[in-house]
Amino acid sequence: MSIANKQKNPPAKVEEARTDTRYKLVDRTLKRFHYQQDALIEVLHTAQEAFGFLDDDLMIYIARALKLPQSWVYGVATFYHFFSLEPQGEHTCVVCMGTACYVKRAAEIIATVQDEFGIAPGQTTADGKLSLATARCLGSCGLAPVMVIDNQVLGKETPDTAMSRLREVVAAPAATATASVSSATIEPQEGPTP
Amino acid sequence: MNRPELQAMGERERERQQSYRCRLLCCASTPCLSSGATAVIETLKQFIKERELDANVLVTATGCMGPCSRGPLVTVQTRGLEDVVYEHVTPELARDIALSHAAPEPKALDRNLLAADSPFFAKQKKVVLSNSGLIDPERLECYVARGGYGALAHALREMTPVEVCEAITRSGLRGRGGAGYPTGLKWDLVRKAPGTRKFVIANGDEGDPGAYMDRTLMESDPHRVLEGMAIAGYAVGAEQGYIYVRGEYPIAAKRLENAIRMAERRGLLGGRVLDSSFSFRIDIRIGAGAFVCGEETALMASVMGRRGQPSPRPPYPAQSGLWGMPTLINNVETFGNIAPIIDNGAEWYAAIGTDKSKGTKIFALAGTVATTGLIEVPMGISLREIIFDIGGGIPNGRAFKAAQTGGPSGGCIPAEHLDTPVDYDSLRRLGSIMGSGGLVVMDDTSCMPDVAKFFMEFCMDESCGKCVPCRVGTVQLHRILEHITNGSATPRDMETLQELCVMMQETSLCGLGQSAPNPLLSTLRYFREEYQAHILERSCPAGKCTMDNVPPLEQGADLQRRARSTTSDAEVS
Amino acid sequence: MSVVTLHINDELVSARSDQKLLEVIREQGIDIPTLCHLEGVSDLGGCRLCLVEVQGSSKLLAACVTPVQEGMSVYTHSERLVRYRRMILELLLSERTHTCAVCVTNGHCELQYEAAELGVDHVRYEYLAPQLHLDASHDRFTLDHNRCILCQRCVRVCDEVEGAHTLDIMGRGANSRVITGLNRPWGDCVSCTSCGKCVQVCPTGALFFKGSSVGEMEKRHAFLSWILNGRERKEWQW
Repeated sequence: MSIANKQKNPPAKVEEARTDTRYKLVDRTLKRFHYQQDALIEVLHTAQEAFGFLDDDLMIYIARALKLPQSWVYGVATFYHFFSLEPQGEHTCVVCMGTACYVKRAAEIIATVQDEFGIAPGQTTADGKLSLATARCLGSCGLAPVMVIDNQVLGKETPDTAMSRLREVVAAPAATATASVSSATIEPQEGPTP
Repeated sequence: MNRPELQAMGERERERQQSYRCRLLCCASTPCLSSGATAVIETLKQFIKERELDANVLVTATGCMGPCSRGPLVTVQTRGLEDVVYEHVTPELARDIALSHAAPEPKALDRNLLAADSPFFAKQKKVVLSNSGLIDPERLECYVARGGYGALAHALREMTPVEVCEAITRSGLRGRGGAGYPTGLKWDLVRKAPGTRKFVIANGDEGDPGAYMDRTLMESDPHRVLEGMAIAGYAVGAEQGYIYVRGEYPIAAKRLENAIRMAERRGLLGGRVLDSSFSFRIDIRIGAGAFVCGEETALMASVMGRRGQPSPRPPYPAQSGLWGMPTLINNVETFGNIAPIIDNGAEWYAAIGTDKSKGTKIFALAGTVATTGLIEVPMGISLREIIFDIGGGIPNGRAFKAAQTGGPSGGCIPAEHLDTPVDYDSLRRLGSIMGSGGLVVMDDTSCMPDVAKFFMEFCMDESCGKCVPCRVGTVQLHRILEHITNGSATPRDMETLQELCVMMQETSLCGLGQSAPNPLLSTLRYFREEYQAHILERSCPAGKCTMDNVPPLEQGADLQRRARSTTSDAEVS
Repeated sequence: MSVVTLHINDELVSARSDQKLLEVIREQGIDIPTLCHLEGVSDLGGCRLCLVEVQGSSKLLAACVTPVQEGMSVYTHSERLVRYRRMILELLLSERTHTCAVCVTNGHCELQYEAAELGVDHVRYEYLAPQLHLDASHDRFTLDHNRCILCQRCVRVCDEVEGAHTLDIMGRGANSRVITGLNRPWGDCVSCTSCGKCVQVCPTGALFFKGSSVGEMEKRHAFLSWILNGRERKEWQW
């Protein structure tokens, strides 16, 4: 019996894992890499994509599959920017803070968004509508300042244009919101191929 | 596939391309896609179908063409006409372009033209990017039609691994990741290192904010990188390669994955490459967002699924890298240089550039400059030529203030050094580095202590936390810079800054910590009076800083003067 | 095993070729400060206190991870090195909250000892003093992040000697923390064997036995060579 099973807090929900198709995606990546411990980051990538964030159960599940200590998995997951341990908002707004964007005053965009929605970068509004994040450089410096709203890259923004776009997105009914699953990727990456 | 088959494949593709009256090359690189290239490409395809121009006009989605701020870009190659480039192409304009160029008597439009003889193109020399913007990165045939994989075939058939290493050494190629270590020497070290298995890693974890050369190369010409890696694998005796792609670059990862699949299917990678006894597989590893993973030992830790923390060298990766085996790590752009060197000879390559820095360098020109984008220039070109000729100078009538090279590890170069030739050693002498090739131009609205603070904040967030000087030093330096930019610093803070910077450079474990003080030190060196204005006069000359925390005693005008006179007295004594 | 000769502070010495510089330097009776190094576990090279100057190398090298080489010439106490060591200690002291007067290891603390040795009588940097929590959920041990210097001795001893790997580091940079399990309270981590090795190797008061009062927590690392020699060589040296 593994350690995780004896955990005082509820263990990885085995039942759930059997029925939740998202775990199947994780399993597929695990299998593709032959359950090698070295594949931890690849597995975490898949998990983050499938679930939108990494919760404790998910990390325990991965730790068990790869036969790694829990603290190891947690240490790796928190080392990298990409992995989020908390659920993200319905919409995400990523403002690029690369040098070119900074020189072209991206900080003002962030300040404006922060004032309007009351969230700092890395936070989500209380109603779960919007997550604000910054990126290190999206590599679209020709279009600086750049922001990404729900995976759509927008260039040459000003605080005003940024705000009006954001208000539009947040006000839109949830049904039309697409691809707001997670993360700061420009577009959703392809799922793992078997 | 063997060599004649490869040549036949290229021949077939060339014939196919020449059968069209005109070819519309649409840039489908990230910047152009974000400014609406998708709509342009789709409209064009639709339009050509509607008008039944299929036999005459070919629409190709290509990689980056260079002047990204002018996108979406369309290059038109017409039989009997010079090639022309259109900028800011809209779907409507695209239709006009197709009509005009596909006409029996083709004619270029007189709108939105980007003159081919404009300095932006004329002063560049494309070696690594020679295919970029001309080929469809998703089609292997396009790469082969331009001579692709010919260098690999040549190396496998005509050269021994020793000869390949020698050729690279003779070419004078130096690592394009920033430090500029001679590539040939590195290859030779790995070749000679004993080990049952060896690895080749392409470092595509381009973390410098403001730099996107590697991304563009991977997106625009993925096979060029793969070919370079395969040649390296042959030269050092490795059978497995990894490309570490930054997580923020999903398109690059997708195109590389596609390219690897295609190359393997045709026998250009995988088992028995080009019917030789050499086997080489390449896998992609996606980064997860950590600047420090650009450092080679940290990158290897990350490839092995661990926390991306650097480890002390020696042992160098060449002796003990991935899983303790000899490992060759080069930047993606370095691998991009390999095929041209093998194709054209080391002497041809060594003739480009300066005495100590050979070849060309790709720069991502960004910031306050008229045309931003991706450029490839021979080493030794002056900054002035890059910024004022290629980039078209500073817009909005502002004055040039500084050029920042090398990102968070580099420095700011002021106007008086604009004529310095750009090569590894000159930039180092100026207190900056070549880095991976980010070049951000700043006009006089930028405040230098503020810029230094921006980079220090970056390094603070990206420090891995393993060694003390970097982990705590970056926080302390950032604190002091915060005091300077909010008006609460004291003259003694300048000394502390200087002293801490030098200490961090000398005592930090890895390149990140050792170079983190560079932006700060270079601005201290060239823009000292700006720091002094912040501290002594409590004012920001560029008007950028808020200066909202000036000590209450100094807020009155005459008190301010008194403060100034006492501090300057103190300085004299 | 071959023998190499090298100069340390201009004295000619010989060493086994598989030795690290630090070992050889200490064999010569030269006192060189270290905080992350610990006999019996792998080396990290993180505290940077054991940096030495090696002639012909433009960089300062950490003695704990640098192998000896024939003909090397090493300097251990140049003015520059001593100054840097002092600055590193100042940085460490400014990073978290190190208030000796109320600390369980006052008088037995390695950080305190090295600071005193190097004459660090004040800190020129701003005290960052983040308000970190204290984990007292374990039956016998307490983890106080405010006194942690992130030397990772506890992490390494837990992984390499005890083999439990309950401890690890989360986050990065100044936000790095020692964690237990999935960053859960220590008391909830069943992987912990409560062996107490981590407490014994911790150089500061970050890890201590419950119930110790100011200055009462004395640590001993001698057990490490005791059990490692026992395990590997079946020799228990009294």
